[in-house]
Amino acid sequence: MSEKMKLTAQQQAILDGEKGETLAKVMETLVRYGELFGADSMVPVTSRYNHLVTSFGLKALGPVYELMDKLIAEGAASQQKFSADPRPVDKNVPSSFLQNFVFDHFMYTKQNFYEEQLQKLGLMDRDAFTCACYMDQVGNTPQEGEVLSWSESSAVVYANSVLGARCNRNSGIIDLMGSVVGYVPYFGLLTDEGRKAAWIVEIKTTKKPEAQLLGSAIGMKVMEDVPYIVGLDQWLGGTLDDAAKTYLKDFGAATASNGAVGLYHVEGITPEAVRQGRELIAEGAQTYVVDDAELQRVYDSYPVVWKNKAAKPKLCFMGCPHMSLEQLTTWTCRVEEGLKEAGRDKVAIPTVFTAAPAVIKEFEATPYAGRLKQTGVVLSYICPLMYMNNPLSGKMPVITSSNKLRTYTTARYYTDDEILVQITKGGN
Amino acid sequence: MRQFQGRVVSPGRLTAKALVSHGGLNTLASFQKALQFGDKKATCGDQNNPDLYGKEMVGKALCLPRTIGSTTGGLVLYCACSMGRQPACMLFSEPIDSLAAAGAVLADVWLDGEQTAMPVIDSLGDEFLEYVRDGMTINVLPSGAVQVI
Repeated sequence: MSEKMKLTAQQQAILDGEKGETLAKVMETLVRYGELFGADSMVPVTSRYNHLVTSFGLKALGPVYELMDKLIAEGAASQQKFSADPRPVDKNVPSSFLQNFVFDHFMYTKQNFYEEQLQKLGLMDRDAFTCACYMDQVGNTPQEGEVLSWSESSAVVYANSVLGARCNRNSGIIDLMGSVVGYVPYFGLLTDEGRKAAWIVEIKTTKKPEAQLLGSAIGMKVMEDVPYIVGLDQWLGGTLDDAAKTYLKDFGAATASNGAVGLYHVEGITPEAVRQGRELIAEGAQTYVVDDAELQRVYDSYPVVWKNKAAKPKLCFMGCPHMSLEQLTTWTCRVEEGLKEAGRDKVAIPTVFTAAPAVIKEFEATPYAGRLKQTGVVLSYICPLMYMNNPLSGKMPVITSSNKLRTYTTARYYTDDEILVQITKGGN
Repeated sequence: MRQFQGRVVSPGRLTAKALVSHGGLNTLASFQKALQFGDKKATCGDQNNPDLYGKEMVGKALCLPRTIGSTTGGLVLYCACSMGRQPACMLFSEPIDSLAAAGAVLADVWLDGEQTAMPVIDSLGDEFLEYVRDGMTINVLPSGAVQVI
């Protein structure tokens, strides 16, 4: 019996083993996890679908697959269908013979086995692999106020901030366990108090701030706190349209990876900020002013970890997190225009745009797909992080406009405009 | 000798040499290479952590403020414990973060035996991390007291 958490009779029965030893352990895990953060109750998961961060059959994660097997053997499937993060390998993405050998024989040897496990546990669709599961085309879009058991950091911060759902920054496995028992501990970003802002961020730039750079700056400043952002609405057109959602997707992923932000409010834009305004700001909140100089300072602070800092880029990744339909369309035009200016037909650096399989499918039904292909850009469902996360890829001079990819790998960050110049006008 | 009092996340009693990270531990970046390529001493692979990069983590009392990085962090810690490639203990100066908490609880609930044990103490305070140095002897007591010698 838990001494701190007040459980309902049904929850207590699970903890006491009335539904089997494995489910009891799942409940014990969630109760102990919640108690560490002061949770005094468990609340139902109310979203239609779950989302899992673990999508890769990495040989090193053998113990995770054993744990999954235990859940499957006990019939402890997820109570919700779920999507999962992107697949780690795609033959369309440029890679060397040696990289392919390492991917196939050392790293992702468990991929097929793991995908079979996911099917048994409740994968919503055999191609439901993306970090941007909340895209309309994918169909895992939570409603405002719904309680989630997700853990993918970029998806959690998007769901909390842009959709107004409620989810903590959980870890992998905890995400699945919440869905298996149907409850999550009530603390942090699930509570009204936990959604109050400890920081006011004033945007005082002279032009629209780069989403990935602004997110990085704010993430590194506020870490796990909630920021209330003032002055960004003027750059987002004052409304939460597709372009604003795309901006906030990339901005949020940078806050979550460069810091540990799980929720932000943008005055006049995000749903809770629109409704509650400055009532969301906690007493004693600190202020952080972001101007052009501050963004430049943050940009200049990024270390370049390439051995040869002057190396010509061998690969460019766009889409961490996965690109939206709006982004694919916009970037098709931008690349075409850039190539035209440069007098080229094809991109100068092998370039990969990544998006959810469902987004790719819809994009391919538009005329833009053929036009993008003409530029030489490869469109893939891959996870760039998983591609980069090995010593061979780590030694490659890869460029990206993703601050998440920069943070977790050796990829070098450039702004969107700089990336466009690199891939259309020759690089370096 | 100085003693610091923390909160018990996963209980245990042990003595080990300190290994100190003044910045947050990126769990995936630190452990992935060791788990992937059979490094039984779990040499830290995070190039962005100058305190730990290239140092062996197995058997050490890992002293740190918090963990950072991918939300796979908890399951990576769980895997490290399951494979016997975990630090002797993890000692946090700050209240534990949700990723490390998940790893600690998963290991404690789902794994058995000394080979996989990893006591965890949090909330030891900033002074703890300012005082402790690599190689100092650490005694962890079941009460959550940590002695630094």
